Amino acid sequence: MSRLLVVENLGKRFGGLAANEAISFELQAGQIVGLIGPNGAGKTTLFNCIAGFYQPSEGTIHFLGKDITGHASAQMAHLGIARTFQIVRSFGSLTVLENVMVGAMLRNKGVGAARERALAALEFCGLAGRIAMTASNLTVAEQRRLELARALATEPKLLLLDEIMAGLTPSEVHEAVHLIKEIQLRGIACLIVEHVMEGIMPIADHMIVLDYGRKIAEGTPAEISRNPAVLAAYLGE
Amino acid sequence: MTGEILLQTLLSGVLIGLIYALVAVGLTMIFGVMDIVNFAHGEFLMFGMYSSFWLFSLFALDPLITLPLTVLMLFALGLVVYQLVIKRIINAPPLSQIFATFGMMILFRGLAQFFWKPDFRTIENSYSSGKVVFAGLHFGLPQIIAGVGAILATGAVWWFINRTRLGAALEATAQDKDAAQLMGIPSQRMFALAWGIGAACAGVAGVLLSSFFPIFPEVGANFILIAFVVVALGGFGSVSGAFWAGIIVGVVEVVGGFLLGPEYKMAIVLSLFLLVLLVRPQGLMGRA
Amino acid sequence: MTAHRPNTRRNATLALALAVACILPLVVTSPSHQNFLILILMFAQVGVAWNILGGYAGQVSLGHVAFFGIGAYTSTMLFIHAGISPWLGMLAGGLVSSCFAVAIGWPCFRLKGHYFSMATIAVAEILQVLFTNWESVGGAVGLNVPLAEQGWANMVFNTSKLPYYYIALGLLIVTLLANWAIERSFLGYYFRAIKDEPDAASSLGISLTRYKLVAIAISSFFTALGGSFYAQKELYIDPGSVLSTSLSIKMALVTILGGVGSLFGPVLGSTLLTSIEEVTRQAFGGSGMGTDLILYAAIIIVVAVYYPTGIVGWLRQIRRRYAKPEARG
Ligand SMILES: Nc1ncnc2c1ncn2[C@@H]1O[C@H](COP(=O)(O)OP(=O)(O)O)[C@@H](O)[C@H]1O
Ligand SMILES: [Mg+2]
Repeated sequence: MSRLLVVENLGKRFGGLAANEAISFELQAGQIVGLIGPNGAGKTTLFNCIAGFYQPSEGTIHFLGKDITGHASAQMAHLGIARTFQIVRSFGSLTVLENVMVGAMLRNKGVGAARERALAALEFCGLAGRIAMTASNLTVAEQRRLELARALATEPKLLLLDEIMAGLTPSEVHEAVHLIKEIQLRGIACLIVEHVMEGIMPIADHMIVLDYGRKIAEGTPAEISRNPAVLAAYLGE
Repeated sequence: MTGEILLQTLLSGVLIGLIYALVAVGLTMIFGVMDIVNFAHGEFLMFGMYSSFWLFSLFALDPLITLPLTVLMLFALGLVVYQLVIKRIINAPPLSQIFATFGMMILFRGLAQFFWKPDFRTIENSYSSGKVVFAGLHFGLPQIIAGVGAILATGAVWWFINRTRLGAALEATAQDKDAAQLMGIPSQRMFALAWGIGAACAGVAGVLLSSFFPIFPEVGANFILIAFVVVALGGFGSVSGAFWAGIIVGVVEVVGGFLLGPEYKMAIVLSLFLLVLLVRPQGLMGRA
Repeated sequence: MTAHRPNTRRNATLALALAVACILPLVVTSPSHQNFLILILMFAQVGVAWNILGGYAGQVSLGHVAFFGIGAYTSTMLFIHAGISPWLGMLAGGLVSSCFAVAIGWPCFRLKGHYFSMATIAVAEILQVLFTNWESVGGAVGLNVPLAEQGWANMVFNTSKLPYYYIALGLLIVTLLANWAIERSFLGYYFRAIKDEPDAASSLGISLTRYKLVAIAISSFFTALGGSFYAQKELYIDPGSVLSTSLSIKMALVTILGGVGSLFGPVLGSTLLTSIEEVTRQAFGGSGMGTDLILYAAIIIVVAVYYPTGIVGWLRQIRRRYAKPEARG
């Protein structure tokens, strides 16, 4: 396996608050890595650094062997890093199909080609029956899948998924888990922030645990679930 | 000799800057509390001037004596404007908000023209042509009175916000209206209060100006852009920021006009505004 | 494909509107009425141009008169000093205006919301002061378009308003076609994405600054064409007429009145607003009582408060109300 993403000694401060501190980890091509930790642990901040929304205060990020630290978010998308947002951000004046077309236009500006690829992505995410609706009329679960479809349409090598299972019913969680496995089969690596343990444990190849901005543990899901530091962090929540 | 002229210019700038500060204080408060840009703010000032003018010419009452009455009327006008228009556009797109207040600006000018004619009016009271000579520098008495009055009024607003419970509630709403609402502070009332105080501040500025500045329906146009500049420089929503920024803008305007020619005054002030906005989008004195 | 039927109806409506627009000035022959029609077309055209940046891309400029003025001054100066036909001067004005727009947009696009709008007002006001005091471009006195030979080559017509009407109509159609092409290309999607959710747009690889600059470059180009046309129509320009902030506001106003971000919104908005202005001015304007202002303002306020989506939004509402029972039955 080849190293897709290498994060070294990453730090991000907001004024006096260290939201991320000395975080290092690796992610292999095609791997699913789970990122967990209590609320406010710094997971979204880490995502924002990798996706180019925040300029890291220190440390480096390498993607496919290239130093991409501090690149703008649009550049990150071009390189093959796509993300979803913890609070969904669909384009309100566009239909579901048009939302995903915007993502597809990253690789081909032609509207017709974008439409075809957007349709494929929507089909894949189970939204084929919703293409003419405006995004705001979708259910929460559907809006999350729309974000996923939009990100997939950019043809990424790495997907950053921020709590896409939060607020879903158990059966919806099951569908989401299934979808992520399918994504992995396409050779796309996923870094997944998740609060819903049942969602992430069964599919993750590797887990990283953050607490107070630092990495406190790393390993297979089985190892993590036995790790005393992790249990303490969660019980102390 | 030149030193004296410079000092004279500088102090004239400070005096007019104090008025700018007072106009901007009301604007910044409305902006800070509810994130709406009030294009009709100069018209509040205009109404303040006309209030002084009519009370003076009909009853021979000095603008300073009728000041409390004018303040009350403008406060009420602010509340009415809030109730009739602003309340309905709180959640409207910014573009609609801009045009609602822009429409009010034109409406108020039209009303003034309708009732009071487009003529220039002036107030000739006991101190209109008074002069003060101090250490070889010459100042108009009304300008001095206006400057002192503006300091007092701005100080009163500052005291209200920082030293009273109601002021603290207003500030809390400005910081985070949802959190304030949870703590039992009714946002709607705070918004109305901000409009009342905002209009009253502009009204006081109008009263202070009325004894040395011509009074006409479009007089607000002379102050609205400057007030925007002061608000931006001082940091949107900051009263003390508006105070210092007002003085800076007054001085820059007068000194810049003195050095480059009065026709460039506005361009100089606006260039300063752009520069500050681009280098420090949170304003000269705003919080980061 | 159920979209077929509305499309034919739409095309028929457009063809009819175009036919009416072509014939109208032949029926309405009084010069003052023709001038009124020209104003409708002109404000529709600059509104459509404004809409590209302010409506589609959501960057509310209140300083667009800067581009209008640059267009007017560029073509007029080239005509006066180099004898260049305003047709070419118009294109030159568009290009100069685009360059200026990009230079201004580069720093200003870092500002958001109200801050951006205020910065654009400031830019336009500064420009007005500079032009008022710049003697080589006529200063406060302004510029007269030279009394060249009448005719299409110089876009100068003294005896009839009719040619100006058709030029304004042509400009409007060209601007609408450009807008239509943008709307259907990836640019239209990108602009709306930037307006709706800038963060999400950039996460999909859209460089916000680059595409806002594209939007302002196109928008300012077409606004400048309107400015050059105005100069030829009036045969006289000064900073008060082609660089005043009230004109910036009007460009935005016709758009919000008609419908922000819709192709034909500004056309409807301009028709309504210009008519209101004209009617109130004719009925009350001469009195100097400000009655025209009061009515005009009242309408603006009512639209802003009760019809924030403009005429187009209102029409859509009506259509939906009538479409529903039909679908059931
Ligand atoms: N833009 C920001 N400015 C200031 N503080 C922030 C910002 N974003 C996040 N934080 C702070 O950083 C910490 C980590 O937040 P976040 O990354 O959202 O945590 P998580 O996603 O793990 O819940 C929190 O204390 C949060 O308040
Ligand atoms: Mg989070």
